[in-house]
Amino acid sequence: MSGINWPGVWAIFHHEMTRFFRTIMQSLLSPVVSTVLYFVVFGAAIGGRIQSVEGVEYGAFIVPGLMMLTILQQSVSNASFGIYFPKFSGTIYEYLVSPVGWIEVTLGFVGAAAAKAVLIALVILMTSFFFVGVHILHPFWMLAFLVLTALGFSLLGFIIGLWAKSFEQLQIVPMMVITPLVFLGGAFYSADMLPPFWEGVAKLNPVLYLVSGFRWSFFGLADVPVGVSLVAVALMIAVCCAAIRWIFATGWRLRE
Amino acid sequence: MSAIIQIENLSKQYDSGTKALSDVSLDIHEGEIIALLGPNGAGKTTLISVICGLVVPTGGTVRVGGHDIRTDWRAARKLIGLVPQEIALEPFEKVINCVRFTRGLYGEAPDDAYVEQVLRSLALWDKRDAMTRELSGGMKRRVLIAKALSHRPKVLFLDEPTAGVDVALRREMWEVVDQLRREGVTIILTTHYLEEAEEMADRIGVINKGQLLLVRPTAELMGEFGKKTLTVELIDPLAAIPDALEDRGLRLSADGRSLAYEYDTRADRTGIARLLGDLAGQGIMVRDVSTRQSSLEEVFMTLVAEPRQEVTA
Repeated sequence: MSGINWPGVWAIFHHEMTRFFRTIMQSLLSPVVSTVLYFVVFGAAIGGRIQSVEGVEYGAFIVPGLMMLTILQQSVSNASFGIYFPKFSGTIYEYLVSPVGWIEVTLGFVGAAAAKAVLIALVILMTSFFFVGVHILHPFWMLAFLVLTALGFSLLGFIIGLWAKSFEQLQIVPMMVITPLVFLGGAFYSADMLPPFWEGVAKLNPVLYLVSGFRWSFFGLADVPVGVSLVAVALMIAVCCAAIRWIFATGWRLRE
Repeated sequence: MSAIIQIENLSKQYDSGTKALSDVSLDIHEGEIIALLGPNGAGKTTLISVICGLVVPTGGTVRVGGHDIRTDWRAARKLIGLVPQEIALEPFEKVINCVRFTRGLYGEAPDDAYVEQVLRSLALWDKRDAMTRELSGGMKRRVLIAKALSHRPKVLFLDEPTAGVDVALRREMWEVVDQLRREGVTIILTTHYLEEAEEMADRIGVINKGQLLLVRPTAELMGEFGKKTLTVELIDPLAAIPDALEDRGLRLSADGRSLAYEYDTRADRTGIARLLGDLAGQGIMVRDVSTRQSSLEEVFMTLVAEPRQEVTA
C-alpha cells in the first residue's frame, strides 16, 4: 500500500466538522441543557442527601461521569450517523471509488466524531464550573482519557454505522447497550458503594474502567487500577480498528 | 492508439448465484468514447462498477493506465471519474463545496480556479452557492459530472448520463461530452438512448446477459448490421403488387403510390438493379427512389435477439 492520502483524510474531516458547525447551536445546546438537568437532579436533589463520596463533594464527583456519558453518547452517535448518512443518501459511492482506503475514511470520520465529542465534553466541564467547584488533579491524563475514550467509542460508532441498514438499527445499539452500560458503569456512584456481588458484576462492564480512569484524573480516586483502564481503552481501539479493516477488506455492507 | 483500460476475462457472480458478467474481455483506447448498450440487467452497470471499485469481481483482471484495480487501486482510481446512474448528492451542501470535497478525496490540493472552470463549463457557476437539494434533476446530474471531473480524470464513466433529462439538456450533455473528448478524456458511457450512442460514440459495445456480444466502431456496426430500405415512388398508383413481383418481399403503401424494398448492405447482390428492371418490365413507371438506413435501435434489437459470441476489442 502506498502512503496515506492526507488530503483525502482532511476532506472527510473538514466535511464532517463543517456539518457540525452548521448546526452548532443544536449540537452544543442539547448536551449542555441535559447536563444542567443532571446537575439539578443528581447534584442538587440527590446530592443534598449524599454529602460526599470518598471525600469528594457529590456534585463534583459526578462531573467525570457526566462527561464520560456525553463522550460515549456523542462519539457513538456522531460517528455512526457520519458514515450511515452517505450510505442512506447514496453518496457512499464516492468513498469507494476514490483513492481513499479504510485508514483515510476511518481517520476522517472517526477523527471528526471524536473531535466533536471532546469539544462538547469540554463545554460540559466548563458548564459544571457554574454549579460545583471541580479541581482537576491530573489535567494531562484527563485530556488523554477524554481523547482515547472518544476515539474508542467513535470507532465503535463507526462500526455501528457501517453495520446499520436503517435508522432504527442506528439507534438501537446506543439506546439499548451504550446508555445502560454508562449508567451501570459508575457514572453517578463508586463501584465500592455496591454490595460485593454487584461490585464484581459491575467490573465486567468495560465502561466502568473508562469512568474509573477518568475520575482518577480528576480526584485521584479509582475503582480499578489506572493502568487497567488504559489497557481497556487501548484494547477497545485495537479491536475496533481490526474490525473496520476487515469490513473494508471484505467489503461487508459496503461493496457487492 | 494505446489501451488505457484493459479488461481480461472479467467475471462477476453474486452470492445469489446470478452471473452478472461472464468472461468479459475488452480494450478501451485512450481518447475514445465507447458506448455500452444492453437491456436492463444486461451487466453494463456491473461492468462499470467493477472497474471503478464498487463491485468486487469473482474472476479476471482490469488494468487502468497500466495499474491493476485490485493490487494498485490507488493509482488506478486516481485516473477515474464516475458519474453514477442514481443522483446521489449531499442535500445540504453547496454545489461548490461538493466539488471541492471530491477533489480533496482524490488527494488533490485545493484549486478554486480549476473548480470555477469546471462549474462554468457545465453552466453551474451561477448556482455555486446553492444547496444541491434546491437544484433541478438536470442540474444535479451536472453537479455529479462536475464532481467526477474535479480531479482531472483521464477516464470518465457516465452511467446513463441523460436518463430523465429533457431533450434540450440532453443536447447540452452531448456538447459537454464532446468537449471532454476534445480535451482527450476517455469516456465510457452506458445508455438506453440509442441515438445517444450513435451520435457520440466512436465504438459501441453490446452487452446482454453478462456477455459482451460485440464491440465495433459505430459506423462499421451500422454498416454491418444496418439494413437499408429502398423506397420507390410510382407515377401511377398500384391497386396491388403484380404477381410477377410477389416473391420480392415488397410492401405497397396504403395509397398505392410507393413500394418499399428492404435489403442487406452486406449481401453480394442487393437485388436493386433487378427490381428496377422488373418494374420497368411490368410497365410500372418510377418517379423517384430513396434509401433509409435502419436505426441503431433496430440494429440493437437484432443483436440481442440473435446473440453472437464474437468480440472484436
